Amino acid sequence: MRRLVSLAIVCALLGLALPLRAETARPLQVVASFSILADMLREVAGDAAQVHSLVGANADAHVFEPTPADAQRLARADLVVVNGLHFEGWIDRLVRSSGYRGPVIEATRGIEPRRVGRAVDPHAWQSLAHAQRYVENMRAALVAAAPSQAAAINARAAAYRERIAALDASARAAFEAVPRDQRRVVTTHDAFGYLGDAYGITFISPRSWNTDSEASAAGVASVIRQVRLHQARALFVENITDRRSIERIAQETGARVGGTLYSDALSPPAAGADTYLRLYAHNVKSIAVALQAVAAR
Amino acid sequence: MTMGLYEIFLQPFVEFGFMRRALVACVALALGSAPMGTLLVLRRMSLMGDAMAHAVLPGAAIGFALAGFSLPAMGAGGLAAALLVAVLAGWVAQVTTQREDASFAAFYLIALAAGVLIVSTHGSPVDLMHVLFGSILAVDDTALITVAGVASVTLLVVAAAYRPLLVASVDPGFLRSVGGHERALHFVFLALVVLNLVAGFQALGTLMAVGLMMLPATAARFWAREVWSLAATATAIALVSGAGGLLLSYHLQLPSGPAIVLLAGAAYLVSLAAGRHDSLLARRTALHAHRVA
Repeated sequence: MRRLVSLAIVCALLGLALPLRAETARPLQVVASFSILADMLREVAGDAAQVHSLVGANADAHVFEPTPADAQRLARADLVVVNGLHFEGWIDRLVRSSGYRGPVIEATRGIEPRRVGRAVDPHAWQSLAHAQRYVENMRAALVAAAPSQAAAINARAAAYRERIAALDASARAAFEAVPRDQRRVVTTHDAFGYLGDAYGITFISPRSWNTDSEASAAGVASVIRQVRLHQARALFVENITDRRSIERIAQETGARVGGTLYSDALSPPAAGADTYLRLYAHNVKSIAVALQAVAAR
Repeated sequence: MTMGLYEIFLQPFVEFGFMRRALVACVALALGSAPMGTLLVLRRMSLMGDAMAHAVLPGAAIGFALAGFSLPAMGAGGLAAALLVAVLAGWVAQVTTQREDASFAAFYLIALAAGVLIVSTHGSPVDLMHVLFGSILAVDDTALITVAGVASVTLLVVAAAYRPLLVASVDPGFLRSVGGHERALHFVFLALVVLNLVAGFQALGTLMAVGLMMLPATAARFWAREVWSLAATATAIALVSGAGGLLLSYHLQLPSGPAIVLLAGAAYLVSLAAGRHDSLLARRTALHAHRVA
């Protein structure tokens, strides 16, 4: 019994010591739910923080299995950033059960989400305008967590937002070259609704909305019909889903498979989409090149 | 670096709340599920757990369509759908000559297809199953209370109706002939199994819930003969796999769910090779003894 009591006292003292440790000069420990958020956080925080991503690059958040090391990082974090809009699923519960008591920042806070029926579309980072809001939310959270670094964080955030704005302008210019009614793209996964809204592109998808639901026979047929009708010559395959249904459609319509669009995860380093801005630029370039080829015919 | 026994076995649980939660969830799941798994193995319904994991989908989708992102609504929908599949399959097995595993397969496939259909037409941009199903490290208060509550109810019901449940599993014809409520008992049993599975899915994920229910129960067959000792052995194996798997995943930085289930799987393989009854080793010695004699 006495041992139990002393154990309890030791635990309580450890608990008291934890907040003190956070005050020392070590960099802020930040945990992001997936790789795209982690990259944006690194850009904004610079040396002020060490950022860890729960779901790594090129990994599917749907089949994520956490390790105790992940929960440990969460428990010891100073700041946790998630996307919100129900994108994370039970990762929210992981944050709660890890014992983390600090702020959980939703990067999408303040964004009016796209709706699909009664459900909201969580892939808001596929709009550069929304990315500006992500950066602003991250900046505010980082400054609140590390006030002494405020000047550096603000400067980095401002510079990053300028780069985002510049990419937005060049994307707009690239799509201007294609008549609006020809901006039609076929993809495996409806993760690009925000991108489509931003640049007036219609995304046609044989699969609806997530990695669980399957393309119906009528769905595949209607896509084939639409590809033929709009003479789309490029189809895109996402980095994390099955390419067979797309290749089926490509064979039926005689269209070529255009390349890979990245939606929910960065690529591994050296694959060309290893940061958020490179990912976005890669997607824009792939789509624009494919659409311009259609327009040129 | 050398680690003492304290660092290996206790320190992770003393230091981290999430490890304690995961351990308690494992204990609750082991106490409730292992006896259910034992009875399922006796009834030759070992694959029912996998069937249930799929049968949950249409109910969760309907819960989502009615109430939006509400974990209780989706959980209740999933439970209702799984119960419906279990009851229908049990009913078909009782009124026709078709075996229960066949009717289960039929009804769960119908449910799965209905679920995919509902999800695809009432599209949600978020993976419903991902929202619904958890991981052993993501056990929050609600999930913990659910699993513990289900384990308690299971143990109470099993204690109260131990003999009839046993007879119904081993010799249903006998129970009918002596006027027992065989049909009612069968549905009580099915309801308990479904309750354990769905609570387990929601708190710990499908892998963990089915793995900790079935693997210890199949491994126990190589060690024990009576039903009570089968259930006790299965529970013990489940407890050791749960705690051991958590420690393994902590020290080696492995995903916890697969680590626990693989440890239970290792227990099965060891039992298969060297268990007391009917294992490969036991068979060989028996054969040898036979030849010598």
